[in-house]
Amino acid sequence: MTLTTGLSQLDVLEAESIHVMREVAAEFERPGLLFSGGKDSIVMLHLAQKAFWPARIPFPLVHVDTGHNFDEVLAFRDRRASELSARLVVAKVQDDIDAGRVREVPGGLRNPLQTTTLLRAIEEGRYDAVFGGARRDEEKARAKERFFSFRDAFGQWDPKNQRPELWNLYNGKHAPGEHIRVFPLSNWTELDVWRYIAREHIEVPDIYYAHEREVFERDGMLLGVTEHSMPRDGEVVSTRVVRYRTVGDASCTGAVASPAATPQEVVEEVAATRITERGATRADDRASEAAMEDRKKEGYF
Amino acid sequence: MSDLLRFATAGSVDDGKSTLIGRLLYDSKSVFQDQLESVERTSADRGDDYTNLALLTDGLRAEREQGITIDVAYRYFSTPVRSFIVADTPGHVQYTRNMVTGASTADLALVLVDARKGVLEQTRRHAALSALLRVPHLVLAVNKMDLVGYDDEVFDDVVTQFAAVAEELRSRFGAHPEVTAIPMAALPGDNVVHRSERMSWYQGPALLEHLEQVSVERDHGEQRPARFPVQYVIRPMSTERPDYRGYAGTVASGTLRVGDEVVALPSGRRTTVAGLDTFDGPLEAAVARQAVTVRLAEELDVSRGDMLVAADAPPAAVSQLQATVCWMADAPLRAGSKVLLKHTTRTVKAMVTGLAERLDVATLGSEPVDELRLNDIGRVSLRTASPLAVDAYADDRTTGAFILLDEATGTTLGAGMVDAS
Repeated sequence: MTLTTGLSQLDVLEAESIHVMREVAAEFERPGLLFSGGKDSIVMLHLAQKAFWPARIPFPLVHVDTGHNFDEVLAFRDRRASELSARLVVAKVQDDIDAGRVREVPGGLRNPLQTTTLLRAIEEGRYDAVFGGARRDEEKARAKERFFSFRDAFGQWDPKNQRPELWNLYNGKHAPGEHIRVFPLSNWTELDVWRYIAREHIEVPDIYYAHEREVFERDGMLLGVTEHSMPRDGEVVSTRVVRYRTVGDASCTGAVASPAATPQEVVEEVAATRITERGATRADDRASEAAMEDRKKEGYF
Repeated sequence: MSDLLRFATAGSVDDGKSTLIGRLLYDSKSVFQDQLESVERTSADRGDDYTNLALLTDGLRAEREQGITIDVAYRYFSTPVRSFIVADTPGHVQYTRNMVTGASTADLALVLVDARKGVLEQTRRHAALSALLRVPHLVLAVNKMDLVGYDDEVFDDVVTQFAAVAEELRSRFGAHPEVTAIPMAALPGDNVVHRSERMSWYQGPALLEHLEQVSVERDHGEQRPARFPVQYVIRPMSTERPDYRGYAGTVASGTLRVGDEVVALPSGRRTTVAGLDTFDGPLEAAVARQAVTVRLAEELDVSRGDMLVAADAPPAAVSQLQATVCWMADAPLRAGSKVLLKHTTRTVKAMVTGLAERLDVATLGSEPVDELRLNDIGRVSLRTASPLAVDAYADDRTTGAFILLDEATGTTLGAGMVDAS
């Protein structure tokens, strides 16, 4: 038995996230947890496991699959779901492309197309609350997000008309067809996530750690050579020691040159870094100053 | 020492708040290169003469276009000593609503004063709202000292003016935050992160030093009687644990120990704490803010919305209460209004039985009214459909707080703080 003396910052963040998850389980009928196999959703899943232990996690995991995946991440996703005896629902962007609901621009990114698939998954699953791993430190439109963020019947976010959120009292009221996006990691930073991964010995896919990979440079990012991202004329392929800071759509997620091979080394690297994780690695956020805000208004993660 | 501090800032564009936050983020190396480059680019595109650090905190398109902050923004930075969560609350639109929201979770309020102007109506408002929300620490940042020649008499004068305000707040609300006054100049960076050599007459810490050192150990109610609102009942119904029944929740205040005698409210049934479970193993004691699962010695009818409390110091279970309410909706609050009230984990129907007075946060005066409008603060009497286990907000920032919801539209209408009886 342990006697607690003083809560650390990670203890406080952990408890806050668990509190939020339990509020949702208690107040909503059909929550779902967005799980991509990325580090933030892995941490969120770990917190869910803690929140409901010794019972199982009382909601399914939902993955919006762009079809442009890292194999290691998909394998990790499936293994983790089965370890937790959790139900995994996969919604495929390809199905929406095949059905003509969205059109793929040749050579374009699939990230913006995910919104349609996400909203379809929410509708089909009749989810009234959807957990996302987004953090407020990631991006300035996200800095204005609530823990409980209201979405109308079209899945839209209205940033100028958000519900005030006071103390730890969350408002989950919504009408049928509307839903609430819930962000338990709102107050976490990238550094907190890595310190927590190190402290809790949480397993994440290997591509988050230094490894050798064939990469080429595009728009100042290092892209791995995969079937979804091939070098164009003039782009030189070389083998470098890299790791991924974010794991999204393989066609637009860049790697960073890094020798950090353990959670502790990543913590040290993140603590010293001078570029945000989205700035370093996400082509989708570079479209414009308000790229994220515009996508979020339409219903994006 | 706690390694996390939450603080709220308030102010308008003119008093240099955004510059100060930008300076804290920049000097503590929390502004990333790509963020700074993006701000520099935007500043240049707009034809600003200097890099506008306010753009670091104004996240929405409408905010950047109009050059105003619309909504509370949360900012994060850390030093080797502590991590900080900053609730940056705007000074223009929806001022009271945003300030109250930011202050509700803050350990410390940062109130900015322009050294040339001294204590203004807006300073009094900031201080009054933080006092009302029982923010335990307050920093009076006397900014723009460079524009008054770093004169110690100007600083002393502002401090004296503010002491009078603090005294009024003490007598009016019984609030006594710990006040620290710091002379600074955010633009050149005096006393923000580093102590200034241009104000050798000032012996105290720079702002960041103070934020790193201020003790918040006693602020989270760990010394208070135990309060544990039940959030969710955990029943695995698995073959390993067929009979497990645990009450999951976050300790609101005090310390809960195995073997403690507790009362379940509102039923009033007594029992003892048989176990405090977590995924990481059992605990002997759980303190305020910890999320745990409580097992009880006897099987009681306990469910979400009930509260387990120290048997020797239970709160009042009431269905009539007096509270100070900050109204946040367009349609006014009047006697007879029916609302939903969410207190800890319990949501009940409630009716407004009376409106006593409206508080003018600038003058601290009050006047009788028959309605509360958007951004008004007033004293309200409420009757609830079933009893609530409440403490006075002055004693407990968790079990004394509630929000009001619109049953029809689901919107959040207001925030309430239970008055001392």
